[in-house]
Amino acid sequence: MSTATPTLTDAAVDITDLTVRFESKRSRTTAVTNVSLRAEPGEFVTIVGPSGCGKSTLLKVVAGLVPPTGGAVSLLGRAVRRPQQDIGFVFQRPALLEWRSVRKNILLQAEMRGLDRSAAARRADELIELTGLTGFEKALPHELSGGMQQRVALCRALLHQPPVLLMDEPFGALDALTREQLNTELNRIWRDTGTTVLLVTHSIAEAVFLGTRVEVMSPRPGRIVRTFPVDIPPERDYAQVMSDERFDRLATQIRGLLGAGANH
Amino acid sequence: MPQRAADRSADPVTDDQPGAAPAAALSTGGSSAGDGSRPVAGLGTRLARLLDALWRPALLLAALFAGWWFVAEREYMPNYLVPTPGQVWETMTEDWSFLMRNTYVTLYETVLGFVLAALLGLGTAILIVYSRTMEKAVYPVVLFAQVIPKIAIAPLLVAWFGVGLTPKIVLAVLIAFFPVVISGVAGLRSTDPELLDLSATMGAGPWKTFRKIRFPNALPHLMSGLKVAVTLAVVGAVVGEFVGAEEGLGYVLLVANGNLDAALLFADLFLMSLIGIVLFAVVEIAEALLIPWHASRRGGVPLATS
Repeated sequence: MSTATPTLTDAAVDITDLTVRFESKRSRTTAVTNVSLRAEPGEFVTIVGPSGCGKSTLLKVVAGLVPPTGGAVSLLGRAVRRPQQDIGFVFQRPALLEWRSVRKNILLQAEMRGLDRSAAARRADELIELTGLTGFEKALPHELSGGMQQRVALCRALLHQPPVLLMDEPFGALDALTREQLNTELNRIWRDTGTTVLLVTHSIAEAVFLGTRVEVMSPRPGRIVRTFPVDIPPERDYAQVMSDERFDRLATQIRGLLGAGANH
Repeated sequence: MPQRAADRSADPVTDDQPGAAPAAALSTGGSSAGDGSRPVAGLGTRLARLLDALWRPALLLAALFAGWWFVAEREYMPNYLVPTPGQVWETMTEDWSFLMRNTYVTLYETVLGFVLAALLGLGTAILIVYSRTMEKAVYPVVLFAQVIPKIAIAPLLVAWFGVGLTPKIVLAVLIAFFPVVISGVAGLRSTDPELLDLSATMGAGPWKTFRKIRFPNALPHLMSGLKVAVTLAVVGAVVGEFVGAEEGLGYVLLVANGNLDAALLFADLFLMSLIGIVLFAVVEIAEALLIPWHASRRGGVPLATS
């Protein structure tokens, strides 16, 4: 299980002056520059920006998968130097093992970590029920729809009850209806588990609907241009939020900002 | 295949209702993913499918056989060049124990050569994938070894190892090794980089990542390579026997050729092909058992596609 015991003063995620550059023989790209971001425990921070603005890189740095070029990153009060284990990661593609059933895909998390089997199995069953996968435990990934595959990926990311959940455009490949449904479910799961979420998206509606705070990034090299607190209560209903005038106002502001920042 | 698609997609679950869809799938039972069981076709249906797959090649083979029979029986070609099926059958039954003994020898060389090639090939593929240094050092050598005509080094192998089984097995290994390495490297490299990232955040070591993610993921590629390798291993063993041997189907072939015994030659050829076909089938069955989940091995349509 996770060894994290964040104290009250520790942020779940703390990024200060982060710069990431990728260098190859032929080119040198700055993915993100001077990004500072702090997520308190239990917060749901959404990061919205145009494609290729380094949003995904930001998450990978937090996970310890990409080393920062400059600046500091800490997770639960400890500096990030190597791949972090106190996190759950959901990618845009489900990245499931196609030879494993739904249940066994979820349990991969426990096997790789060497967690207690029976506890993990119980937790997996809970998550299967929570995400509406009941009845599909033994199905193979190719037998499921994209939305259901992504639910499996979400269960896998939550199995070890990570204090921080990183999501990289998790619903980007889904159709609009499925996306709305999963947004509603994710909102409920976040409230149920109390985990800190960092979610990257290029959908303004998704960012505002899910976030307690929206960070807007500029095109590459990515910077955070503005932070918008979302003062809509955490328990959110899709239809209600969409017709809420606070939602409208925020979405319009963000859209204006992204439109102004874009080069095209 | 239309009929396959039809009985697998009895209840396609295409919507994404969290609660409703699974319930619906369960209640219709049978071929849903809910109970995890694949729709099991009845014996009759399976037999019909087998027949459907077999009648075309069977018809072609029958036509070829009839053509051979006709040409040989009417002696359009002299019988010392093209024997009649009857003559071949006679030789087969008369020399049965002799032929079986030699078939066993060739089979033994082939299987041993194949197994060694599979193990060495997989080991080499793992080295190449996991170590940059090894990749740079080993890969060019493997490639170079592949372009040497193996048949040309057969005499050398006989000179080194004598006329026993060793040079044949070595030759079978040399010939079958390359496709295993290439397919193994391709398979191990095909791992989704996000899965490797995920594995890193799960704190799993390289061995666990290999065992649970990389190796199973490489199996479809690897099995294709093994199928090529097993047919090549037969070639290796027979060529080895050509060059210097006292037993084995390759040796029998030379003897039959020298005596202008076309019936024995034909019988020998049948047995050689049979070895290849049986071994190929064994690998094919192993593949079906090991990777039933892979796209190349499933005939049905997905339960849910959206």
